[in-house]
Amino acid sequence: MIAISIDFTLEGTIFGPGFASFYGRRRGPNSIAGAEIPTQVMTKIVPNDPAAEADRRWSALMVAAQAGDGVAYQALLRDCIPVIKAIARRRGVVADRIDDVVQDVLLTIHRARQTYDPDRSFTAWLCVIADRRAIDLLRRVRRQELREVYAPLAFEGHADHAADPTQRLFRADATGIATRAIASLPARQREAVQHLVLEDRLLADAATLTGRTSGSLKVNLHRALKALRARIEPQE
Amino acid sequence: MSTSSNTDSANERLIHDLATDLVPVRRLRAPSVRAFTWLATVVAIAITLAIIADLSALGHRLSAAPDMWLSVTGSTLTAILAAIAAFQLSLPDARRTWALLPLPAALLWITASGVGCLRTWLVPGTHAADLSEARDCLVFIVGLAVPLSALLFIMLRRACPLQPELTALIAGLASAAAAATLLNFFHPFDPAVTDLAVHVFAVAIVMGANWGFNGRLLATNFLRSGVTLAVPRSN
Repeated sequence: MIAISIDFTLEGTIFGPGFASFYGRRRGPNSIAGAEIPTQVMTKIVPNDPAAEADRRWSALMVAAQAGDGVAYQALLRDCIPVIKAIARRRGVVADRIDDVVQDVLLTIHRARQTYDPDRSFTAWLCVIADRRAIDLLRRVRRQELREVYAPLAFEGHADHAADPTQRLFRADATGIATRAIASLPARQREAVQHLVLEDRLLADAATLTGRTSGSLKVNLHRALKALRARIEPQE
Repeated sequence: MSTSSNTDSANERLIHDLATDLVPVRRLRAPSVRAFTWLATVVAIAITLAIIADLSALGHRLSAAPDMWLSVTGSTLTAILAAIAAFQLSLPDARRTWALLPLPAALLWITASGVGCLRTWLVPGTHAADLSEARDCLVFIVGLAVPLSALLFIMLRRACPLQPELTALIAGLASAAAAATLLNFFHPFDPAVTDLAVHVFAVAIVMGANWGFNGRLLATNFLRSGVTLAVPRSN
Protein backbone atom coordinates (compact mmCIF):
# COMPACT_ATOMS: atom_id res chain seq x y z
CA MET A 1 0.00 0.00 0.00
CA ILE A 2 1.30 3.46 -0.85
CA ALA A 3 0.11 7.00 -0.29
CA ILE A 4 -0.57 9.02 -3.43
CA SER A 5 -1.09 12.77 -3.46
CA ILE A 6 -3.67 13.83 -6.01
CA ASP A 7 -3.21 17.42 -7.09
CA PHE A 8 -6.29 19.07 -8.61
CA THR A 9 -4.74 22.50 -9.08
CA LEU A 10 -2.89 22.38 -12.37
CA GLU A 11 -4.32 19.38 -14.22
CA GLY A 12 -6.55 19.62 -17.24
CA THR A 13 -5.18 22.78 -18.83
CA ILE A 14 -5.37 22.89 -22.60
CA PHE A 15 -1.58 23.11 -22.79
CA GLY A 16 -0.88 19.99 -20.75
CA PRO A 17 0.64 16.93 -22.46
CA GLY A 18 -1.98 14.76 -24.12
CA PHE A 19 -1.68 11.72 -21.91
CA ALA A 20 -0.72 13.51 -18.71
CA SER A 21 -4.23 13.51 -17.39
CA PHE A 22 -4.59 9.81 -18.18
CA TYR A 23 -1.32 8.62 -16.68
CA GLY A 24 -1.03 11.35 -14.07
CA ARG A 25 1.75 13.82 -13.52
CA ARG A 26 4.17 13.11 -10.76
CA ARG A 27 5.30 15.86 -8.48
CA GLY A 28 8.22 15.82 -6.11
CA PRO A 29 7.86 16.05 -2.35
CA ASN A 30 8.48 19.81 -2.59
CA SER A 31 5.67 20.40 -5.08
CA ILE A 32 4.90 24.12 -5.15
CA ALA A 33 1.32 23.53 -6.15
CA GLY A 34 0.80 21.16 -3.25
CA ALA A 35 2.54 23.43 -0.73
CA GLU A 36 0.68 26.59 -1.66
CA ILE A 37 -2.86 25.25 -1.87
CA PRO A 38 -3.02 22.42 0.68
CA THR A 39 -6.81 22.39 0.74
CA GLN A 40 -6.90 21.25 -2.86
CA VAL A 41 -4.58 18.29 -2.39
CA MET A 42 -6.09 15.05 -1.22
CA THR A 43 -4.11 12.06 0.01
CA LYS A 44 -5.54 8.61 -0.12
CA ILE A 45 -4.19 5.11 0.40
CA VAL A 46 -4.35 2.91 -2.66
CA PRO A 47 -2.85 -0.50 -3.46
CA ASN A 48 0.58 -0.46 -5.17
CA ASP A 49 -0.02 0.77 -8.70
CA PRO A 50 2.18 -1.14 -11.18
CA ALA A 51 1.85 1.62 -13.80
CA ALA A 52 3.05 4.30 -11.35
CA GLU A 53 5.85 1.99 -10.20
CA ALA A 54 6.94 1.37 -13.81
CA ASP A 55 6.81 5.11 -14.49
CA ARG A 56 9.08 5.86 -11.53
CA ARG A 57 11.52 3.15 -12.67
CA TRP A 58 11.58 4.41 -16.29
CA SER A 59 12.06 7.97 -15.12
CA ALA A 60 15.07 6.88 -13.04
CA LEU A 61 16.46 4.93 -16.02
CA MET A 62 16.04 7.98 -18.26
CA VAL A 63 17.84 10.20 -15.77
CA ALA A 64 20.68 7.65 -15.77
CA ALA A 65 20.62 7.61 -19.60
CA GLN A 66 20.87 11.40 -19.65
CA ALA A 67 24.00 11.00 -17.54
CA GLY A 68 25.44 8.56 -20.13
CA ASP A 69 24.54 5.16 -18.63
CA GLY A 70 24.22 2.88 -21.68
CA VAL A 71 23.02 -0.16 -19.72
CA ALA A 72 20.14 1.77 -18.16
CA TYR A 73 19.33 3.20 -21.57
CA GLN A 74 19.14 -0.24 -23.19
CA ALA A 75 16.84 -1.48 -20.41
CA LEU A 76 14.62 1.58 -20.80
CA LEU A 77 14.33 1.31 -24.58
CA ARG A 78 13.48 -2.41 -24.35
CA ASP A 79 10.76 -1.61 -21.80
CA CYS A 80 9.36 1.07 -24.11
CA ILE A 81 8.73 -1.28 -27.03
CA PRO A 82 5.47 -2.91 -25.74
CA VAL A 83 4.06 0.53 -24.84
CA ILE A 84 4.89 1.90 -28.29
CA LYS A 85 3.38 -1.14 -30.01
CA ALA A 86 0.16 -0.80 -27.99
CA ILE A 87 -0.17 2.87 -28.94
CA ALA A 88 0.54 2.17 -32.61
CA ARG A 89 -2.10 -0.59 -32.63
CA ARG A 90 -4.63 1.69 -30.96
CA ARG A 91 -3.93 4.36 -33.60
CA GLY A 92 -4.76 1.81 -36.32
CA VAL A 93 -1.26 1.15 -37.67
CA VAL A 94 -1.26 -2.14 -39.59
CA ALA A 95 0.69 -5.03 -38.09
CA ASP A 96 3.55 -5.03 -40.60
CA ARG A 97 4.20 -1.31 -40.00
CA ILE A 98 4.21 -1.35 -36.22
CA ASP A 99 7.94 -1.95 -36.03
CA ASP A 100 8.49 1.11 -38.22
CA VAL A 101 6.71 3.16 -35.55
CA VAL A 102 8.78 1.45 -32.83
CA GLN A 103 12.03 2.36 -34.56
CA ASP A 104 10.88 5.92 -35.28
CA VAL A 105 9.97 6.38 -31.62
CA LEU A 106 13.25 4.88 -30.35
CA LEU A 107 15.17 7.28 -32.60
CA THR A 108 13.04 10.19 -31.44
CA ILE A 109 13.63 9.31 -27.78
CA HIS A 110 17.36 9.20 -28.50
CA ARG A 111 17.34 12.55 -30.27
CA ALA A 112 15.08 14.18 -27.68
CA ARG A 113 16.45 12.65 -24.50
CA GLN A 114 17.79 16.02 -23.30
CA THR A 115 14.25 17.44 -23.36
CA TYR A 116 12.91 14.99 -20.77
CA ASP A 117 12.22 16.64 -17.44
CA PRO A 118 12.36 14.15 -14.51
CA ASP A 119 9.68 16.14 -12.67
CA ARG A 120 7.20 14.93 -15.25
CA SER A 121 5.84 11.49 -16.00
CA PHE A 122 8.06 9.52 -18.40
CA THR A 123 5.08 7.44 -19.53
CA ALA A 124 3.14 10.55 -20.53
CA TRP A 125 6.21 11.88 -22.40
CA LEU A 126 6.68 8.57 -24.20
CA CYS A 127 2.98 8.20 -25.05
CA VAL A 128 2.74 11.61 -26.71
CA ILE A 129 5.86 10.93 -28.80
CA ALA A 130 4.66 7.44 -29.79
CA ASP A 131 1.20 8.75 -30.66
CA ARG A 132 2.65 11.52 -32.81
CA ARG A 133 5.06 9.20 -34.62
CA ALA A 134 2.22 6.74 -35.27
CA ILE A 135 0.16 9.55 -36.82
CA ASP A 136 3.18 10.61 -38.90
CA LEU A 137 3.51 7.08 -40.24
CA LEU A 138 -0.21 6.85 -41.04
CA ARG A 139 0.06 10.12 -42.98
CA ARG A 140 3.09 8.83 -44.90
CA VAL A 141 1.26 5.61 -45.77
CA ARG A 142 -1.84 7.55 -46.87
CA ARG A 143 0.26 9.79 -49.13
CA GLN A 144 1.94 6.71 -50.59
CA GLU A 145 -1.42 5.07 -51.23
CA LEU A 146 -2.65 8.18 -53.04
CA ARG A 147 0.36 8.04 -55.36
CA GLU A 148 0.28 4.28 -56.02
CA VAL A 149 -2.57 2.34 -57.60
CA TYR A 150 -3.54 -1.18 -56.55
CA ALA A 151 -4.29 -2.95 -59.84
CA PRO A 152 -3.46 -6.67 -59.61
CA LEU A 153 -5.04 -7.54 -63.00
CA ALA A 154 -3.09 -4.82 -64.81
CA PHE A 155 0.04 -5.99 -63.03
CA GLU A 156 -0.56 -9.61 -64.09
CA GLY A 157 -1.35 -8.59 -67.69
CA HIS A 158 1.72 -6.40 -68.08
CA ALA A 159 4.32 -7.94 -70.37
CA ASP A 160 7.63 -8.50 -68.62
CA HIS A 161 10.34 -7.59 -71.12
CA ALA A 162 12.99 -8.74 -68.72
CA ALA A 163 11.70 -12.31 -69.13
CA ASP A 164 13.03 -12.36 -72.70
CA PRO A 165 16.38 -14.28 -72.53
CA THR A 166 18.04 -12.02 -75.13
CA GLN A 167 16.97 -8.95 -73.24
CA ARG A 168 18.30 -10.46 -70.06
CA LEU A 169 21.67 -11.07 -71.72
CA PHE A 170 21.72 -7.52 -73.04
CA ARG A 171 20.82 -6.15 -69.61
CA ALA A 172 23.51 -8.19 -67.90
CA ASP A 173 26.01 -6.86 -70.37
CA ALA A 174 24.76 -3.28 -70.06
CA THR A 175 24.75 -3.56 -66.27
CA GLY A 176 28.34 -4.73 -66.40
CA ILE A 177 29.35 -1.77 -68.55
CA ALA A 178 27.45 0.67 -66.33
CA THR A 179 28.87 -0.86 -63.16
CA ARG A 180 32.42 -0.56 -64.47
CA ALA A 181 31.78 2.99 -65.65
CA ILE A 182 30.35 4.00 -62.27
CA ALA A 183 33.23 2.35 -60.43
CA SER A 184 35.69 4.42 -62.44
CA LEU A 185 34.11 7.72 -61.37
CA PRO A 186 35.74 9.95 -58.73
CA ALA A 187 34.54 9.19 -55.19
CA ARG A 188 32.15 12.15 -54.80
CA GLN A 189 30.54 11.60 -58.20
CA ARG A 190 30.18 7.88 -57.48
CA GLU A 191 28.58 8.73 -54.14
CA ALA A 192 26.04 11.03 -55.82
CA VAL A 193 25.11 8.37 -58.42
CA GLN A 194 24.87 5.69 -55.73
CA HIS A 195 22.45 7.63 -53.51
CA LEU A 196 20.42 9.66 -56.00
CA VAL A 197 20.16 7.23 -58.95
CA LEU A 198 20.82 3.67 -57.86
CA GLU A 199 19.17 3.93 -54.43
CA ASP A 200 16.65 6.55 -55.64
CA ARG A 201 16.89 8.64 -52.47
CA LEU A 202 15.49 12.13 -52.11
CA LEU A 203 18.09 14.87 -52.42
CA ALA A 204 17.54 15.97 -48.80
CA ASP A 205 17.92 12.39 -47.49
CA ALA A 206 21.07 11.83 -49.55
CA ALA A 207 22.50 15.12 -48.27
CA THR A 208 21.78 14.07 -44.70
CA LEU A 209 23.28 10.65 -45.20
CA THR A 210 26.46 11.81 -46.88
CA GLY A 211 26.92 15.01 -44.91
CA ARG A 212 27.23 17.00 -48.14
CA THR A 213 25.11 19.92 -49.26
CA SER A 214 22.28 19.41 -51.76
CA GLY A 215 24.09 21.74 -54.17
CA SER A 216 27.29 19.70 -54.00
CA LEU A 217 25.35 16.48 -54.63
CA LYS A 218 23.54 17.99 -57.61
CA VAL A 219 26.77 19.27 -59.14
CA ASN A 220 28.51 15.92 -58.66
CA LEU A 221 25.53 14.05 -60.11
CA HIS A 222 25.52 16.31 -63.15
CA ARG A 223 29.26 15.76 -63.70
CA ALA A 224 28.88 12.01 -63.13
CA LEU A 225 26.07 11.68 -65.68
CA LYS A 226 28.08 13.65 -68.21
CA ALA A 227 31.11 11.42 -67.64
CA LEU A 228 29.00 8.24 -67.82
CA ARG A 229 27.39 9.38 -71.06
CA ALA A 230 30.82 9.96 -72.54
CA ARG A 231 32.09 6.54 -71.43
CA ILE A 232 29.08 4.40 -72.31
CA GLU A 233 27.81 5.92 -75.55
CA PRO A 234 30.89 5.18 -77.72
CA GLN A 235 30.59 1.48 -76.85
CA GLU A 236 26.96 1.24 -78.04
CA MET B 1 7.64 -16.33 -37.08
CA SER B 2 10.84 -15.48 -38.91
CA THR B 3 9.47 -12.03 -39.78
CA SER B 4 8.78 -11.39 -36.13
CA SER B 5 12.25 -12.47 -35.10
CA ASN B 6 13.74 -10.34 -37.89
CA THR B 7 11.97 -7.22 -36.64
CA ASP B 8 12.86 -8.07 -33.04
CA SER B 9 16.49 -8.39 -33.99
CA ALA B 10 16.27 -5.12 -35.97
CA ASN B 11 14.85 -3.38 -32.88
CA GLU B 12 17.50 -5.00 -30.71
CA ARG B 13 20.25 -3.91 -33.10
CA LEU B 14 18.88 -0.38 -33.07
CA ILE B 15 18.78 -0.30 -29.26
CA HIS B 16 22.34 -1.60 -29.15
CA ASP B 17 23.50 1.05 -31.66
CA LEU B 18 21.79 3.83 -29.74
CA ALA B 19 23.19 2.77 -26.38
CA THR B 20 26.73 2.14 -27.61
CA ASP B 21 28.98 5.10 -26.81
CA LEU B 22 26.04 6.96 -25.30
CA VAL B 23 27.17 10.46 -24.43
CA PRO B 24 25.80 12.37 -21.43
CA VAL B 25 23.44 15.18 -22.36
CA ARG B 26 22.78 18.48 -20.61
CA ARG B 27 19.11 18.67 -19.74
CA LEU B 28 17.28 21.55 -21.43
CA ARG B 29 16.04 24.32 -19.19
CA ALA B 30 12.32 25.04 -18.99
CA PRO B 31 10.86 26.54 -22.18
CA SER B 32 9.80 29.72 -20.39
CA VAL B 33 13.36 30.24 -19.07
CA ARG B 34 14.79 29.76 -22.57
CA ALA B 35 12.17 32.11 -24.01
CA PHE B 36 13.12 34.80 -21.50
CA THR B 37 16.80 34.34 -22.38
CA TRP B 38 15.93 35.18 -25.99
CA LEU B 39 13.71 38.06 -24.86
CA ALA B 40 16.60 39.39 -22.75
CA THR B 41 18.60 39.70 -25.98
CA VAL B 42 15.71 41.64 -27.52
CA VAL B 43 15.66 43.92 -24.44
CA ALA B 44 19.43 44.45 -24.79
CA ILE B 45 18.93 45.49 -28.43
CA ALA B 46 16.05 47.76 -27.33
CA ILE B 47 18.30 49.49 -24.76
CA THR B 48 20.99 49.99 -27.41
CA LEU B 49 18.45 51.46 -29.83
CA ALA B 50 16.95 53.65 -27.08
CA ILE B 51 20.37 55.26 -26.61
CA ILE B 52 20.47 56.43 -30.23
CA ALA B 53 16.73 57.08 -30.67
CA ASP B 54 14.93 60.35 -30.00
CA LEU B 55 13.02 59.28 -26.89
CA SER B 56 11.32 62.61 -26.31
CA ALA B 57 9.77 62.45 -29.80
CA LEU B 58 8.66 58.90 -29.09
CA GLY B 59 7.07 60.00 -25.80
CA HIS B 60 5.31 62.85 -27.58
CA ARG B 61 3.93 60.50 -30.25
CA LEU B 62 2.70 58.02 -27.64
CA SER B 63 0.98 60.73 -25.58
CA ALA B 64 -0.61 62.28 -28.69
CA ALA B 65 -1.94 58.98 -30.02
CA PRO B 66 -3.20 56.65 -27.28
CA ASP B 67 -3.93 53.89 -29.79
CA MET B 68 -0.16 53.63 -30.36
CA TRP B 69 0.16 52.41 -26.78
CA LEU B 70 -2.23 49.60 -27.60
CA SER B 71 -0.37 48.81 -30.78
CA VAL B 72 3.02 48.73 -29.00
CA THR B 73 1.54 46.65 -26.16
CA GLY B 74 0.05 44.25 -28.72
CA SER B 75 3.30 43.77 -30.63
CA THR B 76 5.31 43.41 -27.40
CA LEU B 77 2.91 40.83 -25.99
CA THR B 78 2.90 39.02 -29.34
CA ALA B 79 6.70 38.79 -29.25
CA ILE B 80 6.72 37.49 -25.65
CA LEU B 81 3.90 34.99 -26.07
CA ALA B 82 5.09 33.78 -29.49
CA ALA B 83 8.59 33.18 -28.07
CA ILE B 84 7.14 31.14 -25.18
CA ALA B 85 4.91 29.23 -27.62
CA ALA B 86 7.83 28.52 -29.98
CA PHE B 87 9.97 27.09 -27.16
CA GLN B 88 7.04 25.00 -25.93
CA LEU B 89 6.34 23.71 -29.46
CA SER B 90 9.98 22.72 -29.83
CA LEU B 91 9.49 19.98 -27.24
CA PRO B 92 8.53 16.61 -28.71
CA ASP B 93 5.53 16.20 -26.41
CA ALA B 94 4.10 19.70 -26.93
CA ARG B 95 0.52 20.20 -28.03
CA ARG B 96 -0.25 22.15 -31.19
CA THR B 97 -2.59 24.39 -29.19
CA TRP B 98 0.49 26.27 -27.95
CA ALA B 99 0.50 27.92 -31.38
CA LEU B 100 -2.72 29.74 -30.39
CA LEU B 101 -1.07 31.47 -27.41
CA PRO B 102 0.12 34.63 -29.25
CA LEU B 103 -3.08 35.04 -31.30
CA PRO B 104 -5.04 37.32 -28.88
CA ALA B 105 -2.05 39.67 -28.58
CA ALA B 106 -1.58 39.60 -32.37
CA LEU B 107 -5.26 40.53 -32.77
CA LEU B 108 -4.79 43.45 -30.37
CA TRP B 109 -1.74 44.56 -32.34
CA ILE B 110 -3.53 44.43 -35.72
CA THR B 111 -6.72 46.05 -34.39
CA ALA B 112 -4.86 48.92 -32.68
CA SER B 113 -2.81 49.51 -35.83
CA GLY B 114 -6.08 49.57 -37.81
CA VAL B 115 -7.50 52.16 -35.41
CA GLY B 116 -4.35 54.21 -36.00
CA CYS B 117 -5.00 54.11 -39.75
CA LEU B 118 -8.58 55.26 -39.17
CA ARG B 119 -7.32 58.21 -37.11
CA THR B 120 -4.98 59.18 -39.93
CA TRP B 121 -7.97 59.35 -42.26
CA LEU B 122 -10.22 61.28 -39.87
CA VAL B 123 -7.81 63.74 -38.26
CA PRO B 124 -6.42 66.40 -40.63
CA GLY B 125 -2.74 67.30 -40.60
CA THR B 126 -1.33 63.97 -39.54
CA HIS B 127 1.96 62.87 -41.06
CA ALA B 128 1.34 59.53 -42.77
CA ALA B 129 4.23 57.51 -44.09
CA ASP B 130 4.97 57.83 -47.80
CA LEU B 131 6.22 54.93 -49.91
CA SER B 132 9.93 55.47 -49.25
CA GLU B 133 9.34 55.67 -45.48
CA ALA B 134 7.18 52.54 -45.67
CA ARG B 135 10.04 50.83 -47.52
CA ASP B 136 12.40 51.82 -44.67
CA CYS B 137 9.98 50.14 -42.24
CA LEU B 138 10.08 46.96 -44.33
CA VAL B 139 13.89 46.96 -44.41
CA PHE B 140 14.08 47.62 -40.64
CA ILE B 141 11.62 44.85 -39.67
CA VAL B 142 13.10 42.24 -42.01
CA GLY B 143 16.69 43.30 -41.29
CA LEU B 144 16.27 43.05 -37.52
CA ALA B 145 14.08 39.93 -37.63
CA VAL B 146 16.73 37.96 -39.53
CA PRO B 147 19.36 37.91 -36.71
CA LEU B 148 16.61 37.46 -34.10
CA SER B 149 15.25 34.48 -36.06
CA ALA B 150 18.75 33.06 -36.42
CA LEU B 151 19.28 33.28 -32.65
CA LEU B 152 15.90 31.66 -32.03
CA PHE B 153 16.74 28.87 -34.48
CA ILE B 154 20.05 28.17 -32.73
CA MET B 155 18.24 27.98 -29.39
CA LEU B 156 15.33 25.90 -30.71
CA ARG B 157 17.39 23.28 -32.51
CA ARG B 158 18.69 21.84 -29.24
CA ALA B 159 15.17 20.62 -28.57
CA CYS B 160 13.51 18.13 -30.84
CA PRO B 161 10.42 19.64 -32.46
CA LEU B 162 8.21 17.00 -34.03
CA GLN B 163 6.29 19.88 -35.64
CA PRO B 164 9.25 21.81 -37.10
CA GLU B 165 7.31 23.97 -39.56
CA LEU B 166 4.77 25.13 -36.97
CA THR B 167 7.57 25.81 -34.46
CA ALA B 168 9.50 27.84 -37.03
CA LEU B 169 6.35 29.74 -38.07
CA ILE B 170 5.65 30.85 -34.49
CA ALA B 171 9.34 31.66 -33.99
CA GLY B 172 9.06 33.86 -37.08
CA LEU B 173 6.07 35.64 -35.54
CA ALA B 174 8.09 36.25 -32.36
CA SER B 175 11.02 37.70 -34.32
CA ALA B 176 8.83 39.86 -36.55
CA ALA B 177 6.77 41.16 -33.60
CA ALA B 178 9.95 42.01 -31.67
CA ALA B 179 11.39 43.83 -34.70
CA ALA B 180 8.09 45.71 -35.24
CA THR B 181 8.09 46.75 -31.57
CA LEU B 182 11.64 48.07 -31.82
CA LEU B 183 10.70 49.94 -35.01
CA ASN B 184 8.62 52.31 -32.85
CA PHE B 185 11.87 54.01 -31.76
CA PHE B 186 12.30 55.23 -35.36
CA HIS B 187 8.75 55.63 -36.61
CA PRO B 188 8.09 59.40 -36.67
CA PHE B 189 4.81 59.23 -38.56
CA ASP B 190 1.24 58.10 -37.99
CA PRO B 191 0.23 54.72 -39.31
CA ALA B 192 -1.50 54.81 -42.68
CA VAL B 193 -2.96 51.99 -44.73
CA THR B 194 0.21 51.70 -46.81
CA ASP B 195 2.28 51.63 -43.62
CA LEU B 196 0.08 48.97 -42.04
CA ALA B 197 0.14 46.94 -45.27
CA VAL B 198 3.94 47.12 -45.35
CA HIS B 199 4.15 45.99 -41.70
CA VAL B 200 1.83 43.05 -42.40
CA PHE B 201 3.85 42.23 -45.51
CA ALA B 202 7.13 42.37 -43.54
CA VAL B 203 5.75 40.11 -40.81
CA ALA B 204 4.44 37.71 -43.47
CA ILE B 205 7.86 37.63 -45.18
CA VAL B 206 9.63 36.85 -41.90
CA MET B 207 7.09 34.18 -40.92
CA GLY B 208 7.13 32.63 -44.41
CA ALA B 209 10.94 32.57 -44.51
CA ASN B 210 11.07 30.97 -41.06
CA TRP B 211 8.43 28.42 -42.02
CA GLY B 212 10.14 27.51 -45.28
CA PHE B 213 13.79 27.77 -44.30
CA ASN B 214 14.12 27.26 -40.55
CA GLY B 215 11.30 24.68 -40.56
CA ARG B 216 13.22 22.57 -43.05
CA LEU B 217 16.46 23.09 -41.15
CA LEU B 218 14.83 21.99 -37.89
CA ALA B 219 13.46 18.88 -39.64
CA THR B 220 16.88 18.16 -41.16
CA ASN B 221 18.51 18.76 -37.80
CA PHE B 222 16.37 15.93 -36.45
CA LEU B 223 17.48 13.61 -39.27
CA ARG B 224 21.09 14.57 -38.57
CA SER B 225 20.99 12.82 -35.21
CA GLY B 226 23.55 10.49 -36.78
CA VAL B 227 21.72 7.22 -36.41
CA THR B 228 18.50 7.74 -38.32
CA LEU B 229 19.60 6.45 -41.67
CA ALA B 230 22.41 4.18 -40.53
CA VAL B 231 20.03 1.67 -39.01
CA PRO B 232 18.32 -0.92 -41.20
CA ARG B 233 14.56 -0.69 -41.16
CA SER B 234 12.42 -3.65 -40.33
CA ASN B 235 10.72 -3.97 -43.75
